[in-house]
Amino acid sequence: MLARLGPGPGHRGAWVARATLGTLWGRLPMADLAAPFSPRLEKNPAFRVIPCRTHNYTDQTERMDMSKFPVENIRNFGIIAHVDHGKSTLADRLLELTGTITKTDHNKQVLDKLQVERERGITVKAQTASLFYNYKGKVYLLNLIDTPGHVDFSYEVSRSLSACQGVLLVVDANEGIQAQTVANFFLAFEAQLSIIPVINKIDLKNADPERVGKQIEKMFDIPSDDCIKISAKLGTNVEKVLQAVIERIAPPKANRENPLKALVFDSTFDQYRGVIANVALFDGIVSKGNKIVSAHTEKIYEVNEVGILSPDEQLTQKLYAGQVGYLIAGMKDVTEAQIGDTLYLHKQPVEPLPGFKSAKPMVFAGMYPIDQSEYNNLKSAIEKLTLNDSSVMVHRDSSLALGAGWRLGFLGLLHMEVFNQRLEQEYNASVILTTPTVPYKAVLSSAKLIKEYREKEITIINPAQFPDKSKVTEYLEPVVLGTIITPDEYTGKIMTLCLARRAVQKNMVFIDQNRVMLKYLFPLNEIVVDFYDSLKSLSSGYASFDYEDAGYQTADLVKMDILLNGSPVEELVTIVHKEKAHPIGKAICERLKDTIPRQLFEIAIQAAIGSKIIARETVKAYRKNVLAKCYGGDITRKMKLLKRQAEGKKRMRKVGNIEVPKDAFIKVLKRQPDK
Amino acid sequence: MALPGLRARCRTAATLGIQCTSKRSCIGGQGQGQDQSKTRPGAQPPPGSRSAALYVHWPYCEKRCYYCNFNKYIPRRLDEDAMRTCLVQEATTLLKLSGVQRINSVFFGGGTPSLASPYTVASVLEAIAQNTHLPAKAEVTLEANPTSSKASRLAAFQVAGINRISIGIQSLDDTELQLLGRTHSASEALGTLEEARRLYPGRTSVDLMFGLPGQQVEPWLGQLQELLSRCDDHVSLYQLTLERGTTLFAQVQRGTLPSPDPETAAQMYQDGREVLREAGFRQYEVSNFARNEALSSHNWTYWQGGQYIGVGPGAHGRFVPQGDGGSLREARIQTLEPDNWMKEVSVFGHGTRKRVPLGELELLEEVLALGLRTDIGITHQHWLQFEPHLSLWEVFGESEEVRELQSQGLLLLDPRGLRCSWKGLAVLDTILLRLLLQLQNAWENRSPPTFKVTKSGAASPRGDSCFKYDLD
Repeated sequence: MLARLGPGPGHRGAWVARATLGTLWGRLPMADLAAPFSPRLEKNPAFRVIPCRTHNYTDQTERMDMSKFPVENIRNFGIIAHVDHGKSTLADRLLELTGTITKTDHNKQVLDKLQVERERGITVKAQTASLFYNYKGKVYLLNLIDTPGHVDFSYEVSRSLSACQGVLLVVDANEGIQAQTVANFFLAFEAQLSIIPVINKIDLKNADPERVGKQIEKMFDIPSDDCIKISAKLGTNVEKVLQAVIERIAPPKANRENPLKALVFDSTFDQYRGVIANVALFDGIVSKGNKIVSAHTEKIYEVNEVGILSPDEQLTQKLYAGQVGYLIAGMKDVTEAQIGDTLYLHKQPVEPLPGFKSAKPMVFAGMYPIDQSEYNNLKSAIEKLTLNDSSVMVHRDSSLALGAGWRLGFLGLLHMEVFNQRLEQEYNASVILTTPTVPYKAVLSSAKLIKEYREKEITIINPAQFPDKSKVTEYLEPVVLGTIITPDEYTGKIMTLCLARRAVQKNMVFIDQNRVMLKYLFPLNEIVVDFYDSLKSLSSGYASFDYEDAGYQTADLVKMDILLNGSPVEELVTIVHKEKAHPIGKAICERLKDTIPRQLFEIAIQAAIGSKIIARETVKAYRKNVLAKCYGGDITRKMKLLKRQAEGKKRMRKVGNIEVPKDAFIKVLKRQPDK
Repeated sequence: MALPGLRARCRTAATLGIQCTSKRSCIGGQGQGQDQSKTRPGAQPPPGSRSAALYVHWPYCEKRCYYCNFNKYIPRRLDEDAMRTCLVQEATTLLKLSGVQRINSVFFGGGTPSLASPYTVASVLEAIAQNTHLPAKAEVTLEANPTSSKASRLAAFQVAGINRISIGIQSLDDTELQLLGRTHSASEALGTLEEARRLYPGRTSVDLMFGLPGQQVEPWLGQLQELLSRCDDHVSLYQLTLERGTTLFAQVQRGTLPSPDPETAAQMYQDGREVLREAGFRQYEVSNFARNEALSSHNWTYWQGGQYIGVGPGAHGRFVPQGDGGSLREARIQTLEPDNWMKEVSVFGHGTRKRVPLGELELLEEVLALGLRTDIGITHQHWLQFEPHLSLWEVFGESEEVRELQSQGLLLLDPRGLRCSWKGLAVLDTILLRLLLQLQNAWENRSPPTFKVTKSGAASPRGDSCFKYDLD
């Protein structure tokens, strides 16, 4: 789970707008405090706002009384959409319409607070906003739970959705259904939520809401008449969306009379107040002073503060069944408030909500400071980021070539990119990120090894741990079920690409006359490096891709060594599928050839599996390397050059008697730039 | 490549070279004087010696050659009188500052110094002779461009005091000459060569380039053969270096010319060296070949770590400002741009823009890097003149890397000294990196370390404001 930031740029407090919920409670304390920080100022990057925190005014007596909102007046819903289909813009309009934020020109992706979210048009972090909406004479409490939109965070999405009874499925009227739309639909469908299809961007010139309506009907079996056609940008028909939320989504099934049962669907860390857990109450009531227990850790905490998010923290007296809000209870670490965990009152245990699981990293990559002197800074940046994101697995690691660093495990590729981007943007850290790898498994056959590992099936993260074939029954690799949606003219090329990635086709359907949905079972390692870029480039950007975890499958894996004049290079050992060993080995050899400088002797660069050489490149010996003219005026320059080269030589890593510059390792190990 | 026969020949040649330098000075009565060979059998001045070579930079050219990034200017209107006055003035100032008692050689380089008037050359030589001892037969070289060196001018230069000519022929192929942006044809160049040989027999040198874009080995060897049939006793072979900022560099970058192929150039160098050796030339330095002991003693001074004074815009020098009480050798650079340089000379008497005192280690690094360019390399005796407390054996004798280089047949460390093999000379710059690191290592671990406090401020007679002290 990626998390909200602690104090710093882009933090929630920075954008706070004047909340005008006056009709309900009169003046809100937040409004005054937040007023100086208008959204306009936030546009100016030089103007960094220290977020204001609700704990600054806990002495204020005015706390909302949430008992006024019985279950039947509550709707909990999420918005799901493919990237850039307008989810965040729709959220902005809903917040404006309900008076949660002031209507200005500056409300752009109000709920997407991280720079990375705005730049990429994605939501990384679930955000929640409680909206109050007067409909047919009744005030409704509409809890918008803005979920992360990407499969990497599908577990978070599923937990967020489990706090909802319905979703708005937003589809771009121009682009139509995309891979992520499908994945998100099924998540919602499987959670048995009411789904309200919303066709957005009908103001665009090429918008074709009719066609999209038909796609929705065909793919999701929802009558096209049920689609609400809107322009979130212009505000067209957005009111209808709110009305549909009230009419088509059922109130939560919850009972105040039962003992407390609260789902943790998100958590963040605040350095002054500790963990802030976002909770949905399935049953009961929670208030300050309650003793609560985590079903996962069985630890007991005392509740210090409860409130709702609108979308900033608003203190309330209590939270009641069916409601969504936050809770602070002296938890020191985000791992104490894991997503999916159930909270209950001390001595009143309840059956925990189903579906809890710990984060499981699927993509691993080495991270090293570009300069070792930056190690401590990077360490502290990683610590701060992971403080809010317990799903990043951090292991210290070191490489002869790259120095001290870490091996990090991420939920997926996007998660990794977002983490890296946040490190760069929010902590100004520049890092070397190595080519991502996936966790393989081996089923051991050797009794001795089984005893040593104390289990039959081991997970291999580091190639150095790869057990020899003679000691295993089989190797396993993680697989994912990928969904690709593309205009049909690209189908041929895409099928060729998938085949080359060892993917097995599972399904192929036309979602309308000229759009195809393909389903493939992919080995995860085949898509972690550049699959998405290849797909985008061969489809001129039109194909979309999404995937979900599909377990493990047997795989013919081998360990590949890279040799320089016969000496193996420790940091370049890779686990590869046998079929791919040759092209991968060849690519590594070629990259090394380009970066290892000529030396006084010939260098053979080889890729080998066991004793079998599968690829080779040669760096020829220097035949001539001497400055032609070295007279009185050339000496100073020559000496400077020689000394600089000698300094560089000192930093080279010696493999056998071959000097390999750090750059060569970086070039081979580093994640290759997007094409 | 280290054939026993070859090594033996080199050794003989090297030994001969040293002997002959003094022999020539006896027979011809020119160049290195008696006292020199008496006190310094290695024929190089020790660091603080009272003699030096002197380089004069003439910064002007008619036209910019496409490969040249040297400090040179195409003048619209040249005030040669002012230039002459300044060269004379700066030579006088620097000679006094250096405190040298004799100048062993003078070299007029450029630019195109053959464009200067013989009178200017004579004036500078006169100034030198007035301020220090300039033996009558000291080597005085002029770089000459074929087009600006008609017979009459070459004769006039001789009268002015020039006794050695170095002709920039560069190629005997007119297409290549055009590619290089040269203003002469091959036949003009050969004509100039013939005139020069008549006037400066045994003291005429020619430059030939190789490794040009698109150039092939065989045709180039043909040029070399033709040149050998016409040339005197000295040939320089220079591999083209593509310098940033030149027309040729830009053309290769743009792809209008093919990038020179390093393999081809390596082959040309190897074959060229063979051809010259068979023709009786001694390769006494990476790019320089001589027979009949016609080595350039001026350039030899550079490679032996001798003192030299640089006069003229952008000229470099290496000398101890003894006239000013200095004791450390300094690396000096004169102001680059001729007009500014002239202004400074007329105000301060010199246009020294930068002075960097060379530390002991730095000087040794230069001795090492330069000395290994020569066929005799660095003799133990030569090294000890610069560093009496840390022998070559101590520095390199125990080094694993040196042993490796020796076993690869690239380097020799024996009772004569440290030097490259024939094969090693071609990859000297790679070898040097290891040797420099080894030297730095040995220097740090020497016992006991000595520290000298330098006060470079004391070295400047006046005009401190225009000096830049760079003590890094």
